Amino acid sequence: MANVELSGEEIRRYGRHLIMPEVGMDGQKKLKAASVLLIGAGGLGSPLGLYLAAAGVGRIGIVDFDVVDYSNLQRQILHSTKDVGRPKLASAKERLEGINPFVKVETHEMHLTSENALGLFSGYDIIVDGTDNFPTRYLVNDACVLTGKPNVYGSIFRFEGQVSVFATKDGPCYRCLYPEPPPPGLVPSCAEGGVLGILPGVIGTLQANETVKLIIGKGESLAGRLLLFDALKTKFRELKLRKNPDCPVCGNHRTITTLIDYEAFCGVQKGWDSFTREEQYEITVGELKKRLDNKDDLFILDVREPQEYQICNLHGYLIPLRDLPKRINELDTAKEIVVHCKVGGRSRQAVEFMKQSGFRKVKNLVGGIDEWAEVIDPAMPRY
Amino acid sequence: MPVQILIPTPLRQFTNNLESVAVEGSSVGEAMKNLCVKYAPLQKHLYSDDGKLRNFVNVYINDEDIRYLQKEATPISAKDVLSIIPSIAGGVH
Repeated sequence: MANVELSGEEIRRYGRHLIMPEVGMDGQKKLKAASVLLIGAGGLGSPLGLYLAAAGVGRIGIVDFDVVDYSNLQRQILHSTKDVGRPKLASAKERLEGINPFVKVETHEMHLTSENALGLFSGYDIIVDGTDNFPTRYLVNDACVLTGKPNVYGSIFRFEGQVSVFATKDGPCYRCLYPEPPPPGLVPSCAEGGVLGILPGVIGTLQANETVKLIIGKGESLAGRLLLFDALKTKFRELKLRKNPDCPVCGNHRTITTLIDYEAFCGVQKGWDSFTREEQYEITVGELKKRLDNKDDLFILDVREPQEYQICNLHGYLIPLRDLPKRINELDTAKEIVVHCKVGGRSRQAVEFMKQSGFRKVKNLVGGIDEWAEVIDPAMPRY
Repeated sequence: MPVQILIPTPLRQFTNNLESVAVEGSSVGEAMKNLCVKYAPLQKHLYSDDGKLRNFVNVYINDEDIRYLQKEATPISAKDVLSIIPSIAGGVH
């Protein structure tokens, strides 16, 4: 049994746990003695932090370096409107301590890197992954395997979420499921693809549930299973996961025995859509403003989705990126064309495609309409 | 004999937004190849230039990973459902 005691006040607070045989005094003391590290205080980290604090996890560490933005408030329920502009760690700590003063909240304002991950992870019992990019996902996984800490995994995209528990003693790790990341650009980020605000609430809460079960040692863990959730259909599915004997980090013949360069691992694999930058095919928002003020004959092509066009636009001609191949004959190779999207990723793919289709006078607007709104037109709504 | 393939959200832009596509095939490999014939832009996302399924593309027959069955040679019947399970990374921002 965990070597901690519960005060009278704590016993009143955790009464509904204590009267359940699955938790009881033993389980609640285990929770108090436990330490959990949350990677990210955003969409997944919000419900995770709130429920783990309320449940009485003794020590909660949070790694983040971001500040609260208006566009976070749609789903990141740790933070309030008054917190916009504050570090996420500051509002997270305030909120968690407000819910449960018996919890010790430790903040780590840093980027998680190959240099600091092992040291940081070794100070906690369980790691919960709520990151938003592939390099950090692989870093968290490998560091969990190398330090022997379970990795409670959750991931979201638009209406779809995934949950599992990786890197338990005999269970599979993230690399057993996905040995390699997709090339950059294949899977849009939440910033480009969007996400239903409630989805991280569902997925993060399921991660909190797995975390609590690991701590109290009850129930059936999701280790060895991948739970898929479709919020549009309200459907759950479950897939079997197996430990891959050939896994490079947790298999029988390990080739990864120390942390590597994860940016390079996820970025430098030259796929079909990893382009080298060529400046003659780029234009900045400042240059575009000048050219438009000069009344130069420019054709603006917007490759975002119609719903994005409704929010704000540069009066461009709209062809969503995915429709470009079949609608390319609507465009004139003789015209000078400036292509833009929200932040410049999709338009970069569009420019590359157009170049291959014989367009030479085509330029990508660097930073997209978001950069335009920031630098040129502050009255334009940003999303 | 047609078999259902469930298409994940990130790939639906290549299947006219269909979430499920019925294709012919008596093995996983045949069905996947026929899917790429029907929706040609999928080919480069699912297969490398040398014709191998890409490493980050996981194909499941019902709830089993084909890597632990007979891979692409795994036989399928009309009652089976194939799923392509993509890696997604979203969480924080």
